[in-house]
Amino acid sequence: MTDIPTGPQVQKREAVERWTIYRRSVVDAFLYLDPRVMVRNPVMFVVEVGSVFTTFLFAQAVLGRGEAPAWFIGAITFWLWLTVLFANFSQALAEGRGKARAAALRRTRQQTTAKRLKGVPAEWGKGRRAEYEVVASTDLRTDQLYLAEAGDLIPADGEVIAGVALVDESAVTGESAPVIRESGGDRSAVTGGTRVLSDWIVVRVTADPGQGFLDRMINLVEGAKRQKTPNEIALTILLAAFTMVFLVVVATLRPFSAYSVLASGRGDALGLTVLVALLVCLIPTTIGGLLPAIGIAGMERLIQRNVIAMSGRAVEAAGDVDVLLLDKTGTITLGNRQAVDFLPVGGVEATQLAEAAQLASLADETPEGRSIVELAKNRFGLRGRSIGTGVPVFDPPDAPARFIPFTAQTRLSGVDLDGARIRKGAPDSMIAFVKENGGVAPEELQTMVDSVARAGGTPLVVARNGEALGVVHLKDIVKGGLHERFMHLRKMGIATIMITGDNPLTAAAIAAEAGVDDFLAQATPEAKLKLIREQQAGGRMVAMTGDGTNDAPALAQADVAVAMNTGTQPAREAANMIDLDSNPTKLIEIVEIGKQLLMTRGSLTTFSLANDVSKYFAIIPATFVAVYPDLGALNVMRLATPQSAILSAVIFNALIIIALVPLALRGVPYRAQGAAQLLRDNLLIYGLGGLAAPFIGIKLIDLVLTALHLT
Amino acid sequence: MTEYDLLVFALYLGAVLLLTRPLGAYIARVYQGEATLAGRLLGPIERFLYRLLGTRESEEMHWTTYARSFLLFNLLGFLAVYGLQRLQAVLPLDSDRAVAVTPDLAFNTAASFVSNTNWQSYSGEVALGYLVQMAGLTVQNFVSAAGGMAVLAAFVRGLVRHTSRGVGNFWVDLVRGILYILLPLSVVFALLLVSQGVVQTLHRSEVANLVQPVQSAGGGAVSEQTIAVGPAASQIAVKQLGTNGGGFFGTNSAHPFENPTPVSNFLELLAILLIPASLTYTFGRMVRDQRQGWVLFAVMTVLFVAVLSVNTWAETRGNPTLESAGVAHAASTEQPGGNMEGKEVRNGPAMSALWATATTAASSGSVDSMHDSLMPLAGMGAMWLMQLGEVVYGGVGSGLYGMLAFVIVAVFVAGLMVGRTPEYLGKKVETYEMKMAALIVLIPPITVLVGTALAVSVPGAREAVLNPGPHGFSEVLYAFSSAGNNNGSAFAGLSSNTPFYNTTLGIAMLVGRYWLALPALAIAGSFAAKKKVPPSAGTLPTHTPLFAAWLLAVVVIVGALSFLPALTLGPIVEQLLIQ
Repeated sequence: MTDIPTGPQVQKREAVERWTIYRRSVVDAFLYLDPRVMVRNPVMFVVEVGSVFTTFLFAQAVLGRGEAPAWFIGAITFWLWLTVLFANFSQALAEGRGKARAAALRRTRQQTTAKRLKGVPAEWGKGRRAEYEVVASTDLRTDQLYLAEAGDLIPADGEVIAGVALVDESAVTGESAPVIRESGGDRSAVTGGTRVLSDWIVVRVTADPGQGFLDRMINLVEGAKRQKTPNEIALTILLAAFTMVFLVVVATLRPFSAYSVLASGRGDALGLTVLVALLVCLIPTTIGGLLPAIGIAGMERLIQRNVIAMSGRAVEAAGDVDVLLLDKTGTITLGNRQAVDFLPVGGVEATQLAEAAQLASLADETPEGRSIVELAKNRFGLRGRSIGTGVPVFDPPDAPARFIPFTAQTRLSGVDLDGARIRKGAPDSMIAFVKENGGVAPEELQTMVDSVARAGGTPLVVARNGEALGVVHLKDIVKGGLHERFMHLRKMGIATIMITGDNPLTAAAIAAEAGVDDFLAQATPEAKLKLIREQQAGGRMVAMTGDGTNDAPALAQADVAVAMNTGTQPAREAANMIDLDSNPTKLIEIVEIGKQLLMTRGSLTTFSLANDVSKYFAIIPATFVAVYPDLGALNVMRLATPQSAILSAVIFNALIIIALVPLALRGVPYRAQGAAQLLRDNLLIYGLGGLAAPFIGIKLIDLVLTALHLT
Repeated sequence: MTEYDLLVFALYLGAVLLLTRPLGAYIARVYQGEATLAGRLLGPIERFLYRLLGTRESEEMHWTTYARSFLLFNLLGFLAVYGLQRLQAVLPLDSDRAVAVTPDLAFNTAASFVSNTNWQSYSGEVALGYLVQMAGLTVQNFVSAAGGMAVLAAFVRGLVRHTSRGVGNFWVDLVRGILYILLPLSVVFALLLVSQGVVQTLHRSEVANLVQPVQSAGGGAVSEQTIAVGPAASQIAVKQLGTNGGGFFGTNSAHPFENPTPVSNFLELLAILLIPASLTYTFGRMVRDQRQGWVLFAVMTVLFVAVLSVNTWAETRGNPTLESAGVAHAASTEQPGGNMEGKEVRNGPAMSALWATATTAASSGSVDSMHDSLMPLAGMGAMWLMQLGEVVYGGVGSGLYGMLAFVIVAVFVAGLMVGRTPEYLGKKVETYEMKMAALIVLIPPITVLVGTALAVSVPGAREAVLNPGPHGFSEVLYAFSSAGNNNGSAFAGLSSNTPFYNTTLGIAMLVGRYWLALPALAIAGSFAAKKKVPPSAGTLPTHTPLFAAWLLAVVVIVGALSFLPALTLGPIVEQLLIQ
């Protein structure tokens, strides 16, 4: 998704797509007039009812028994309908991009066949064919097994239980590089609709047809099952309450005006057309009309960043996050630690240490291991062993060498060569190893280990048999620009906690370098879960990313949980967002999008209510001037006639919706600032702007109407 | 406006500001169950009352239980006041002269006094005997005020507590409010009033010989005047302190026996705002952030001073129509000047404007001048303070929880604007709170507007309006603004003692009281159950001048948007007509 080629062709295609979306949005705007759809949005529903009502009044007027001139009722009716259509259009437009994407996704979710297995054969071996039956993918059920071989489309979401395969997931992620999927570990989840490129895997189905990841994704991006989010519901209630009050204000205005007509002996009671126009101008149509679009656009902004939120609620919660739990590796530091120094003990030569370390690392394919080999080569020219291809080949080949791989239990690795047992590993394991082999760990070693740890490095002790040779300094490389980002987060009131398996000393040093607020060292899944619970008990909202199966409990507990798409199925199930790019730093962007979503709603609500104050100055004098001519003094805008004043207000009211569609879709600009400044800025822009805009807009429309002799 | 007036205004605002802190702190101690001097003296009575009510100090109530107790207690009060009025002809103390009050008037009066409104469709000295006045009305003056404060105390506890089921104990809050706040203050205040010459006696009336006998309408010579007296001071004290406002005499605090001297006038004025203003400090103390209380105090005071300025300007300027007719009404050594129609001459226009503003800002409703005779702008000022929902100080307790509902609305919109789920004092404002706050903010306008619309449409009711033109409309609008917001003052000029008005205004008062108190308690319960979110840089600060300004804007805009059309047809057009 990130490397979309640009060029005239692409631009042309995008323009065509945009037009398709616009065209369909116009059609949808009419389809959404269905009262069953409209009733979900109380404010706009009232406008629609009002429009229907004035349409009848117009018909009556055309037949010659109107309460006002037919042109006037007609013009009001026309603009009222436009108000509803503009609001619907904004929603359709917001949905448009999602729909286009959903259509693309749906193409990949074509009906396929599945090679369903009867059970797991006792032994899988080369050349042995599995017994399977070919069924439609829709017949697969949870916990059944299927086989996917090179060229097959994966028929359903599931977890790999055997085999390893190269899978093209571009249909879901947009990422063209194929990924490896294998049983066990953190790369065991496969998604329906992706394609196996090589080899084979056996998969246990984890989602019934129609419930899979792709299906959920289609639903989400399409907005079909879009549920209102908590804040959206609360805002809808507030807007409905205002609508109700204005309904009463307008409804009681008729008897009030009738009484005033009696009292003054002049004029007529307010006509129904004027009352409906007044009502529509007063109820918060601007925010009411744009509210659905704002929510959908927020989700859409996430999708553009390749994040799929499982619910709008999660997006909203992201704006509320108080604490970000960030895994050190991959998020704060580059994934791999690099060897940066050899620190020999006592009389040991640095070269000696480097050579031993290199030997111990030859079979170590981890980035750390390779960096040791590399450093030894660069610093001491130790290249007697062939490492040219990156695949270690031992030289001389007849040497009786045996590699000892790293395990979580031993926490060391190395090689047995010529009777020498060369090891490198975690300091405590290594000290134990040295003692086992009859040596003693010099005190100096401990000092060196500590000093490396304090500097934020990871110390690896290297030993030959009973002799401790020294320490290799592995260093975490903190990603660039993070310090600034964390500072922004702090300004927004969000604390960052780094999670790491490192010892506290190392963790503290990296935490200081990266600029996080706190850290959790030697983190276990349980410790992580406990930390989240503690934070939540203190009333804080916690966000985290994770990918491994052991992250699943913490992900489920966190308020905002982002799983990497490369992660395991349990992790993806437990999370409420999935990052298709598998970029842990994206959590920060997600928080910003969540905040922006709420800010857009708040700002437009303020704008909408502030508008009303000014609209009153246009409408009130116009409506009552026939009864009390002295009220003309309140016509501060000097609008031409009562009719043009009311019509101008209605037109302004409709046009402002369409004018604000780009803002609703884009969201109000977000800056990392404290709440106090944000409030001040937004109040100035949308509060005072909301007061001023109608004065200017209505006056201009009135001038145009007058110039065109339309009133 | 004279320098003397300015001095009194300054003294008045200064005294309110000065007393807010000590009294507010004291009230906080009372509701938090801390030791007080009054507690040591009256403790045995308090404990005896708990035994009588079958409750314990430590017993916590869920908000629904709290609300049920509040409603039950008010229902009993309502029935008692209604019964006493209907039966006053056969009950002791007054059986010799009083007659039973009509059912609609008895309903209206009962609703009026239990709801802390004190709208009076009757004239006290004529219609009601001493038993009703003392056992019915004065008792309600105490308990309705204490009830309002109890609801507030529960509301504040909801904000203070976290993950808690209870919001306090209604009976405990009620008893403490009466015993430790209203009673001591009323006793001191009544004695001060008596020292100024306010009457306090069980005598029926005094007879005075006229210096200059006059002829009655029937032609007979009249040489004696019967002057009504009675146990006035004790009722007036709590009438002013508890934002009740129901006068002992029909003319309320314009009556020389209710308000005899400039000192008593000042004291009574002070008593109107005393408790409602102090409660803002109580609030700050209880939520352990005094700034939060001062913000509310500041918003209320700014609105108060703004309306006071307009009212005083309009009143001291006088009537332009008179001016064009060549009548001199500028202030001089000869006369106070300004609009003297409907004024008690002792008070003059500026003092009356101050009273009119204070009594409508707080939901007192006691009056010392004829509000019907206020200049249109001043009449609008008074009306608008009520239409804001009685939140500019407002009723004891009810004013502050009304204002807190506005705070919730303000916090909600502002909270969204800073990109977070809105929270107030660490409590998240979510759908449920929004629903309840919307009820509190929006029900009063609906009650007022619908009531007024009915009254100007129903043929019988329309004839009750005594003045033609927009002024007549103002009279009806004022009556419903007063009843729907539990103020109780009247514009007059409206024959409101009719079954229609007694019933509709009575309903408006009940809706205005209970339809707001219940959501307030619901919010309290919901807040109490929530966790407390610790503040961070991303939290909307609610103690800043910016937030105060925003809150002010929300209060004004909601008030303006709801009532501007109606006000246009009343006072605004009236003002334009006399310009």
